[in-house]
Amino acid sequence: MNARSRRYSVRLVGLGYLAVILLAPLSMLFWRIWAEGAGKAWSAITEHDTIHAFEVTLILCAIAVPLNTLFGIVCALAIVRRRFPGKGLVNAFVDLPLALSPVVVGFSLFLLYGRTGWFGPWFTSHGIQVLFALPAMVLATIFVSVPYVAREVVPTLREIGDEQEQAAYTLGASSWQAFWRITLPSIRWAVIYGVVVTTARCLGEYGAVAIVSGSISGSTETATLRVQDYYENLDQAGAYGVALLLGLIAIAVLVVMTVLKPNEGVA
Amino acid sequence: MSIVVRHVSKRFGTFRALDDVSLDVEGGELTALLGPSGSGKSTLLRIIAGLEQPDSGEILLEGVDATARPPQKRGVGFVFQHYAPFKHMTVRDNIGFGLKIRKRPRAVITKRVDELLDLVQLNGFGDRYPAQLSGGQRQRMALARALAPEPSVLLLDEPFGALDARVRAELRVWLRQLHEETQTTTVFVTHDQEEAMDVADRVVVMNKGRIEQVDAPRALYDSPANEFVMGFVGTASRFGDAWVRPHDLEVVSEPNGTTVEGQVLRIVHLGFEVRAELIGADGEPFSVQLTRDDADTLELEPGQIVFVRPRRSRVFS
Repeated sequence: MNARSRRYSVRLVGLGYLAVILLAPLSMLFWRIWAEGAGKAWSAITEHDTIHAFEVTLILCAIAVPLNTLFGIVCALAIVRRRFPGKGLVNAFVDLPLALSPVVVGFSLFLLYGRTGWFGPWFTSHGIQVLFALPAMVLATIFVSVPYVAREVVPTLREIGDEQEQAAYTLGASSWQAFWRITLPSIRWAVIYGVVVTTARCLGEYGAVAIVSGSISGSTETATLRVQDYYENLDQAGAYGVALLLGLIAIAVLVVMTVLKPNEGVA
Repeated sequence: MSIVVRHVSKRFGTFRALDDVSLDVEGGELTALLGPSGSGKSTLLRIIAGLEQPDSGEILLEGVDATARPPQKRGVGFVFQHYAPFKHMTVRDNIGFGLKIRKRPRAVITKRVDELLDLVQLNGFGDRYPAQLSGGQRQRMALARALAPEPSVLLLDEPFGALDARVRAELRVWLRQLHEETQTTTVFVTHDQEEAMDVADRVVVMNKGRIEQVDAPRALYDSPANEFVMGFVGTASRFGDAWVRPHDLEVVSEPNGTTVEGQVLRIVHLGFEVRAELIGADGEPFSVQLTRDDADTLELEPGQIVFVRPRRSRVFS
């Protein structure tokens, strides 16, 4: 085999793999909706509980993404720029949600905030409903999406080094000014990329939220849980419709990521 | 502004970067910190700037203890070895940064930046980004940025280290001129003895975290304090207990009682001068520098046996 045909066959294998693993399932969704008639799918999407489910998903994103962005930046700065005891542990713990199955996360939260858990009784006695309500869902979503901003920002911070910040200090800038004017602009693409990935993760979260939310239609049901709901009730058209909408949002996120990615490291 | 370094020591882990260093720099002076890598010269510069804290000892700026003062409040301009340009800002914004932090009016900043662009010969480059500049231009931008807030002390860490030989030579002359114009107390770090001798009024020779000698370039060369300075500032060869400069060796073709024998290994033509690398009867290599005419008269060539006699030598106890 010459170099050229080898290169083509590598491409073919790569593309074929992507097609079978990623593209086929999504295409199937489109195909089914087209075959069964888009009307049913549309009515499922516009149903009150579905709209509510998307609203819940958006609320979860709106809380989890900013918090984890803030945490991710602070955490990355601490990991790269500071020396403190237990730094290795913090670095490892940030990645924990990547290794841990969301179901385990959900179950742990369920135990913690349950009637016999460490935190559960305190909240109950103060009249705050955590489980089967928004608070637990927010906690679960934050948990699973912790690592992404930090993971994007850490290598960029390492790469830019701290000389620019030191230069800013000698020019009279306080640490706060150096952060806003020098550090943050230097890592901005990594932060934005991290935010997009975090958003995608929050939108798609299923396992942990499924356990702590109770999946009550029109109340604690997220978009992904809504798909499951339709599927279990044998309303396939409904499931296709909601799934397709989630798929389209994922594609939109993907486009944003692709547009952002080439900018990394340019500025 | 005068700088006084008093008994400063600094360790990094088990490495002793500075070992009880004391130094006085007078206001308006142009001083070089010269030494091999690991001699502590950059650490000393960073401690003066406040970018590093000494383990013990103090730093006095204008006679006032500034050891605990943060870099923001020391009135120093610092030029980093790799320039540390703000990559996301234009040349103009880079230079104006210190003034913007000091909340100077925009018109004042624009005027000052224009002046500096002129001074560092970067007119017309103001709207470019650092990535669009050559190494020498980036270096000059870094200098302009450090000078913008009118610091009382200018500190430069290996300022010409990453540039090619020609740009280096140009910038040396330019730094010298700049100093003559502004009369700002300037300290720069270098490992290049020629650069130190060329630019500085006074050279501080450092080795293994200690200061070996502080002197004017000529005095340093003519009366080195010890073997290290003799060998590091200019070249020197060893003859028994004595040290001799290559140009202080006389070469003759016949022995005369006071000469030692050597065999020519290689001849290097340096233009007006010729350097002959020899090996002594004891197997020790040494070199001799002589004018081209003298070399021609002797008809030096590799393999030849010659006799040398030190005209001037130095013995360190």
